[in-house]
Amino acid sequence: MIKITVENRNGEIAALEIPCNLNLSLMEVLKAADYDILATCGGIALCATCHVKVLKGAETLTPAGDQELDMLEMLPDAGPLSRLSCQLRINEEMDGMVFRIANQD
Amino acid sequence: MITTDICIVGAGPVGLFAVFEAGLLKMRCHLIDVLPQVGGQLSEIYPQKPIYDIPGYPEINAQELVTRLMEQIKPFHPGFTLGERVETVDRQDDGSLIVKTNGQTAVSCQVLVIAGGLGCFEPRKPDIDRLIEFEGKGVAYMVKDPETFRNRQVVLAGGGDSALDWAIYLANIAARVTLIHRGNTFRGTPDTAEKVFELAKAGDIDLILQSNVTGLDGRENLEVVSVQGQQQALTLLPADHFIPLFGLSPKLGPIANWGLNMDKSAIEVNTTDFSTNVARIYAIGDINTYPGKLKLILCGFHEAALMAQGAFKYVYPDQKLSFKYTTVYGVPEF
Ligand SMILES: Cc1cc2nc3c(=O)[nH]c(=O)nc-3n(C[C@H](O)[C@H](O)[C@H](O)COP(=O)(O)OP(=O)(O)OC[C@H]3O[C@@H](n4cnc5c(N)ncnc54)[C@H](O)[C@@H]3O)c2cc1C
Ligand code: FES
Repeated sequence: MIKITVENRNGEIAALEIPCNLNLSLMEVLKAADYDILATCGGIALCATCHVKVLKGAETLTPAGDQELDMLEMLPDAGPLSRLSCQLRINEEMDGMVFRIANQD
Repeated sequence: MITTDICIVGAGPVGLFAVFEAGLLKMRCHLIDVLPQVGGQLSEIYPQKPIYDIPGYPEINAQELVTRLMEQIKPFHPGFTLGERVETVDRQDDGSLIVKTNGQTAVSCQVLVIAGGLGCFEPRKPDIDRLIEFEGKGVAYMVKDPETFRNRQVVLAGGGDSALDWAIYLANIAARVTLIHRGNTFRGTPDTAEKVFELAKAGDIDLILQSNVTGLDGRENLEVVSVQGQQQALTLLPADHFIPLFGLSPKLGPIANWGLNMDKSAIEVNTTDFSTNVARIYAIGDINTYPGKLKLILCGFHEAALMAQGAFKYVYPDQKLSFKYTTVYGVPEF
């Protein structure tokens, strides 16, 4: 189990405990926890509706791949902390990280 | 005014297949989509992806499925209005409907079928002060007619293929093209990116990297675009046009105003025939919701078949519907 912190679009902050052994993506976890994320493409980095900003721990994540970078390029509000949550696999290293759900464009 | 039996909002896979199911019952269709091409999500989001759950096709590329659907509905000669958004639906005294777009199109129909998917594909808009205020007064999100920009000062923003393509294309037309990009490399096709750097080196366009557009100014029309670099101070660029190019994303849009019962962004339907709470208006595909709804192409096709059975009574009020197999009767071309 790891613990992460999530800030929603209204600025409300909550902690989430997630098991690491289910091979989930952060997008799937956020959807399961009823966060307002469309994830239209189902997790293949084609819709950019699962955009999050990594407020703490960004440097420990595997860098974004080409497809993810292509999609982030299409988000006017993306910045250096931006990631697509469907491309982030939950693992032990994410313990203690803080994410903010980005605004729906 | 276009006159037809069924007007279909949305030319995604489900809207397209609805033409076939309607055609079997001799009902004519006119399709309207805000996108310049047919195919909905398949052609806009994942044209090159394989789909594995279309019956009879162990694997089919999304764009290929769209091509096949177009071929399948050809015998019924549907009408198409592409690149226009359906805005309003008005009822006539005889119950029939008039559908109007943001362009010049008006369609008179007996039945309206909403196959609007996730909604209208609309350009993503950056969060810049006064952006909306200058829409149509210098701000545009796509290049419809490049001639509009002849001898004008054009500022483009974005780093994908369309930003690069238009920077190159407009370099020969506009008085000045400036491309603003928040990164320092481009994600577009390498050849295109190289060409942009070459043009910049030759002084044919201005390239401002690692920067964002932060504000717009002007009296009546757009006159100035302010650009903030990561370290540098604010730059003010004289501009007649500002074109942010960040791709498209679907938004529910005008459908929300048509008096239909909605659950979040989906239209509630009766699963007997996928009718809505408003007579003569049906909703099929990703746009509808009912207990057990699955957003699958397959399910949308099924919904299209049942919709056609339901719509028949409005198009042919005096006729009795008899169920026929295509194997027995073929495809009754018209
Ligand atoms: C990446 C990805 C992978 C997928 N994989 C599969 C899969 O393997 N199998 C599967 O079955 N499904 C899959 N889907 C889902 C499938 O694409 C949808 O179920 C399908 O596209 C729905 O079709 P539709 O015709 O209802 O709507 P859409 O394809 O969304 O088309 C709706 C059209 O309506 C237009 N529109 C909406 N409102 C208006 C308006 N007011 N005026 C004018 N035009 C309007 C839109 O511009 C759009 O073109 C996938 C989806 C994505 C994004
Ligand atoms: S779910 Fe579509 S990009 Fe992540």
